[in-house]
Amino acid sequence: MPIPVIDSVLAICVVALMTWFTRSAPYLLFGGEKELPGTVRYLGTVLPASIMVILVGYCLRDIDLTAFPFGLAEILSVAVVIVLQWFGKNTILSILLGTACYMILLRTVFPA
Amino acid sequence: MKTLLYALKQILPVFFTYVFVGIAFGILIHEAGYSLPWALAASFFIYAGSMQIVMVPLLITGAPLYMFAVMTFFINARHIFYGLGFIEKFQKMGWKYPYMVLTLTDEVYSIFCSAEYPESIEEERANFLIALICHIIWVLSTGAGALLGQTLPFDSSGIEFSAVAFFTTVCVNHWRQMGSRIPSLIGVACVLVFSTLLGADRFLLPALITSAILLLFFRPMAGLQTGGIKNADTCD
Repeated sequence: MPIPVIDSVLAICVVALMTWFTRSAPYLLFGGEKELPGTVRYLGTVLPASIMVILVGYCLRDIDLTAFPFGLAEILSVAVVIVLQWFGKNTILSILLGTACYMILLRTVFPA
Repeated sequence: MKTLLYALKQILPVFFTYVFVGIAFGILIHEAGYSLPWALAASFFIYAGSMQIVMVPLLITGAPLYMFAVMTFFINARHIFYGLGFIEKFQKMGWKYPYMVLTLTDEVYSIFCSAEYPESIEEERANFLIALICHIIWVLSTGAGALLGQTLPFDSSGIEFSAVAFFTTVCVNHWRQMGSRIPSLIGVACVLVFSTLLGADRFLLPALITSAILLLFFRPMAGLQTGGIKNADTCD
């Protein structure tokens, strides 16, 4: 163990408590109200569509578009998933083939 | 039984992500000098993949506690936005309410956002089972990693893409099913603008905040059309 036990315990507690805080924040803010404000209800409905796109962007944040391989493995694989999901509507299949595509590209065309 | 099978089917898209990222964290924290109980406790209490992986180098370098707090806040602040859609839904769940709130990870959130519940399925029970089983898979996977204590016997690099693939399928579903495409387009614009302006590691929070503000600004346009969301009760 790199640091004393008590420091390790405290560190894990801090990370856990802060994670719990971020997850419970919306409930602490709005959970007590009898009727949810219309604005919050509206955001709750539409925000997921924006969030999921941003989350995909966040997952791909480390690709470098200015140098080889220009994130092509990621971009092509995401395109494969989009096409499969658009026409096939089978989530599991889209994920399996998209991931297989990425793993193959990583080993053949764009080795790290 | 039917509900359990339904829950397992919903979990399938994130199963491999959880197993492999979990094993990766287990190996990392084991290599940092922490034994199995530490890995299990961290995964049980924290249950946030990317933050747990970031935590390891902080532990190794003996970073001050406030650093752990600040890093956790900035990496997990996106969760503040996730909860907004589930306030009324989770509140109805009694003793399960706090558990549902604290276990809403990226993956579980995506499952809840894309799930369509057949009439024969009890929605609340299914959601609780999904949250619980995902949590168990995560804890067990990190345990397996800590026990392995070394790299996998086969080359699994790239398997982590399955998370991106799953999130992408949810985006496609939103694009098709939401009455308005404005929310998705706002997401795309925010990613492009803020990742260019602020760089890879700092764009997440500004992008989320701006997308919420823009959605409020476009409410007259987006709001009218979202009356037509196909599976309205899965995400509102």
